[in-house]
Amino acid sequence: MDLQHISLISFGYFEADLLRNMAEAVKKEYLLDVNLKEGHMDLSEFYDPTRRQYNGVRLIREVEASFSADSSKTIGLFNVDLFIPILTYIFGQAFLNGRTGIASSYRLSNERYGMNSDNTVFLERYVKEVIHELGHTFGLIHCHIPTCVMRSSTYVEDIDQKNPHLCPACRMEYNKTLTRL
Amino acid sequence: MAKKISILIVDDEESVRDSLYNWFIEDGYRVECAENAKKALSLLENEVYDIILADIKMPGMDGLEMLRRIKLIKSDAIVIVMTAFATVDTAVQALKDGAFDYVTKPFDPDDLSHLIRNASKQISLAEENENLKMKVVSLENVEDLIGKSEAIKKVLKDIETVAQSNSSVVITGESGTGKELVARAIHSNSPRRYFPLVSVHCGALTESLLESELFGHEKGAFTGAMYNRKGRFEMADNGTIFLDEIATISTKMQIDLLRVLESKKFVRVGGNKEISSDFRVICATNRDLKSMVENGTFREDLYYRLNVVNIYVPPLRERLEDIPLLVDYFIRKYCTSMNREPVAIEPAALKRLEEFSFPGNVRELENMIERAIVVGNGKKIVMKDLPLEKSIINNSVESLDELERLHILQILNKYNWNITRAAKALKVDRVTLYNKISKYGIAR
Repeated sequence: MDLQHISLISFGYFEADLLRNMAEAVKKEYLLDVNLKEGHMDLSEFYDPTRRQYNGVRLIREVEASFSADSSKTIGLFNVDLFIPILTYIFGQAFLNGRTGIASSYRLSNERYGMNSDNTVFLERYVKEVIHELGHTFGLIHCHIPTCVMRSSTYVEDIDQKNPHLCPACRMEYNKTLTRL
Repeated sequence: MAKKISILIVDDEESVRDSLYNWFIEDGYRVECAENAKKALSLLENEVYDIILADIKMPGMDGLEMLRRIKLIKSDAIVIVMTAFATVDTAVQALKDGAFDYVTKPFDPDDLSHLIRNASKQISLAEENENLKMKVVSLENVEDLIGKSEAIKKVLKDIETVAQSNSSVVITGESGTGKELVARAIHSNSPRRYFPLVSVHCGALTESLLESELFGHEKGAFTGAMYNRKGRFEMADNGTIFLDEIATISTKMQIDLLRVLESKKFVRVGGNKEISSDFRVICATNRDLKSMVENGTFREDLYYRLNVVNIYVPPLRERLEDIPLLVDYFIRKYCTSMNREPVAIEPAALKRLEEFSFPGNVRELENMIERAIVVGNGKKIVMKDLPLEKSIINNSVESLDELERLHILQILNKYNWNITRAAKALKVDRVTLYNKISKYGIAR
């Protein structure tokens, strides 16, 4: 399996600076090359009118089937509200030990919660979310260290409390995964 | 996470199963899925799951019926039911049927995390509780069995081994060695500990009294039987009956006892209704039951019925190194009960106690210490407070040879069978000591 690079594929409009900064942060964290790509998909097929959200289970399967063919780790970047049937919303999800994940920026901006816009905070949150989902694709499970990026987050406040980095234990696990591959 | 929690997801919708599966896998849980109740129950027959997350509405057997069946298999299983808004009443019914909690679909990610965290906490608390119970049980009621000698350690080990079983036990040992304490310790550490331990001193009762005492009697069964009375076997239901001085019971009582032990059923004196009682029997004797069987004074079948496990409680002279600990224990015990400051003991007095043979064993030592505290100056136990000389005169040993044999044995034990040191203490040479050991057949 070629694990020499990570693909970040944006579906929808994102600022070029945001994507570049994100790619830089991911590269720094996982020490692998990061490719930025644009993906095109008709999102209306994944829209659930009763919930007025997008079905994350079907989206991740589509990204896996149509955009992960080069066998690198792939994260689909979305700016729509994601859900899975059992939960009211998700920030993102990934296949544990797989090669695909998705992450949405929809619930990460301050404006969503009635606060002033802050691009730095927004970027930090999104970077953490993408690094978190990538961690799952490398086989990392949720971590109990409060500052570790692999800590489970159900609210943006939870995301704000953690660092954009793996804790030493998760880092060791990640290094083991790399040596096994 | 100390232990990897396992979760079984039961839902007929594949998307729900997949979503939950991925969510829990990312959290580090061990997860299994079943698409219906039948498959879930078959998985539960072979595997233990800590938490079962089940949908209420499923084709075939619904979640409520499955919950009831799971509770039959494992009454403490943690089952969380999932329901749509429209079926909250059903969820309430599920709670009444023993569900741990319920969630309405779709649920907030935080609710799910909290729910699983609470369930995990419940599991670890239950495990901790069980562990603590085990710890408490392992220490319960053995505090009176004082000592650090190998002999007493073996007794404690035997107690630990037999306590969890339901087997009959015969405790042998000289009078005053603490056989009843051993019986209490076995009962206190057994699964029957929450039920009574009923003691009967067989040697103190005549045959007819013992019969009435053990089996109970009906009103009017004999002169003076004014009321119905429960017997000790009946009182010991679910618990333990301790029959002290079992060797003293008559032949007729031996037959009656054998019958009860085999059937766990009996009839009260003067009654005609058969009564069942589930008890464990522990006996004690200071006599050699085996030789009584050989002499024909104790029934062989009863002997084998009772003597499933034998615990030998050594006399105090075989564990002289325990005397300082016992002295200290009894000083504290009696000073506390007399509301006094603990008194000290003069080293010479303690040394004298360690050299004494104690024919009355621990009971004699206990009485000696109690007396010394009563008659002493309240600060220190000294030689004159201890009635050692009197005890020697009262000793049952009459022949000089026997006295010499006991003394040599005591000194040998004191010096851990170091012949040179023992001979020096006895003020004889080593050859003389060897000759004496050989003459009296003294063995370690």
